[in-house]
Amino acid sequence: MKFMLMMNAPRGTGDYGVADWKPEALKAHIRFMKDFATELKQEGAWVATEGLAPPSQARIVRAGKDGAPEITDGPFAEAKEFLAGYWIVDVESPQQAYAIAARASAAPGPGGQPMNLAIEVREVACAPPVEP
Amino acid sequence: MRPAGGALSRAAAASSGERLLRELTPQVLGAVARRYGDFGAAEDAVQEALLVAATQWPRDGVPDNPRAWLIQVAARRLTDQLRSELARRRRETTLVAEATHDDLHAPAPDSEQEPERDDTLLLLFMCCHPALTRASAIALTLRAVGGLSTAEIAGAFMVPEATMAQRISRAKQLISKAGARFSMPSAAERDERLEAVLHVLYLIFNEGYAASAGDSLQRVDLSSEAIRLARAVHRLLPDDGEAQGLLALMLLTDARRRARSSPDGELIPLDEQDRTLWDREAITEGVELVGQALSRGAVGAYQVQAAIAACHDEARRVEDTDWPQILALYGLLQRMSDNPMITLNLAVAAAMVQGPAAGLALLEPLDADPRLAEHHRLAAVRAHLHEKLGERARAVAFYRLAAERTASTPERNYLLLKAAKLRSELG
Repeated sequence: MKFMLMMNAPRGTGDYGVADWKPEALKAHIRFMKDFATELKQEGAWVATEGLAPPSQARIVRAGKDGAPEITDGPFAEAKEFLAGYWIVDVESPQQAYAIAARASAAPGPGGQPMNLAIEVREVACAPPVEP
Repeated sequence: MRPAGGALSRAAAASSGERLLRELTPQVLGAVARRYGDFGAAEDAVQEALLVAATQWPRDGVPDNPRAWLIQVAARRLTDQLRSELARRRRETTLVAEATHDDLHAPAPDSEQEPERDDTLLLLFMCCHPALTRASAIALTLRAVGGLSTAEIAGAFMVPEATMAQRISRAKQLISKAGARFSMPSAAERDERLEAVLHVLYLIFNEGYAASAGDSLQRVDLSSEAIRLARAVHRLLPDDGEAQGLLALMLLTDARRRARSSPDGELIPLDEQDRTLWDREAITEGVELVGQALSRGAVGAYQVQAAIAACHDEARRVEDTDWPQILALYGLLQRMSDNPMITLNLAVAAAMVQGPAAGLALLEPLDADPRLAEHHRLAAVRAHLHEKLGERARAVAFYRLAAERTASTPERNYLLLKAAKLRSELG
């Protein structure tokens, strides 16, 4: 079964707040993410990973007249947290997906300590089961 | 192999050349692994030989003895690999051990006559080793015994090829770490291992069958592959009732494949299927197999499930279904294993024989079973039985609950449509 693990991060000043981090802390965080993806690949669980550009670059699009894109600047002002990135993993049980999510949640933060960010775990829609 | 029906499987059907390669894979791998002793390396070498054949044979024609050809190419690859491994070691150390010279001269593959023997069973036991996770056992079985490429297996499970390659190589490492040798397990171990093999084949079948209702046009047809492998096991162990029962179950389920979804992917439940679309040839074969298996005595779960599938398949019209027989069979199955899904199906059968209220009563204890309490099928069956009782509002609520709980889009659509239809009738 496949799961999407979504990491939400505080908005900061439109950059998840990472601009305030010490360079070493940021480096450690990036290294963690790379190693984590490599581990998932080696474990045979990895399907996809993407990190998203910061919320300051986000645009809101709606279909306007004749379906033409109507673009508004900036993300929803009221949101405090934004999707920072996601993983899709293929595992044998929800518990395995939760265990991987906990590892992602422990990504190091500004002081090098685990951030324990909330990871939203959602099952990816699958084929219908076999009838009796 | 019986050609599988349906537009999807026709699109994904292997060419005759591919089929030949897949058939030969376990024989070739068996021969190479036995000669060199190293299952993991032999498996890689055979994959490479298959790739060479897949490009060369269509161009130059199939060799007179394709099996010997493949063994020779795989053996050469393996020798090359050993040679470069030795050369690497030689570069790394100054001690050039003359003694290793002999290693370079593995017996020339074409100098001896390989006895024709079928190692399929041995390989299946290896690939379904208890040290492996289910996913690794499935991947390794499809590659080493099924002859599928890593890319094909990855495509069938919709994961990146690199991920599938990792699963396969980890599986081989685990097998080698567990000290598994390329030999038949002891008699004591055999039953357990055969059970694992049948379970892996069953999972492969289900994966393929489930996907057949989806957008699987470009994917390898896993259910046909599972049937092919189950056929091989049955051929090698003709007296094993469960191997026979599993093959029957697969055939009897697969026979309904064309009728279970509409051209636009909508799910069609058993009682609404166009039964003229069912594959009669597969049904005849499956019914015959399950009949033989059941007449043998010691009855197992696959045989009983196959017998239930046969009850459905033999009914030309839905109202001809022998529900009392199905109810009795689920009762038998329930005594064999502690699985709440069986109780759920038993409740459906009971509802057909004794009325929906009897079915609903049988569902009651399942609310206390954590394995099924939150399962969408429990809600779906309740919805269905309330609908039959004419309790529409309750039925709508349970259809919605079931729709909320399923992770399958076609199934959710089906459940939501049922709810919407009933709601509109409520006015």
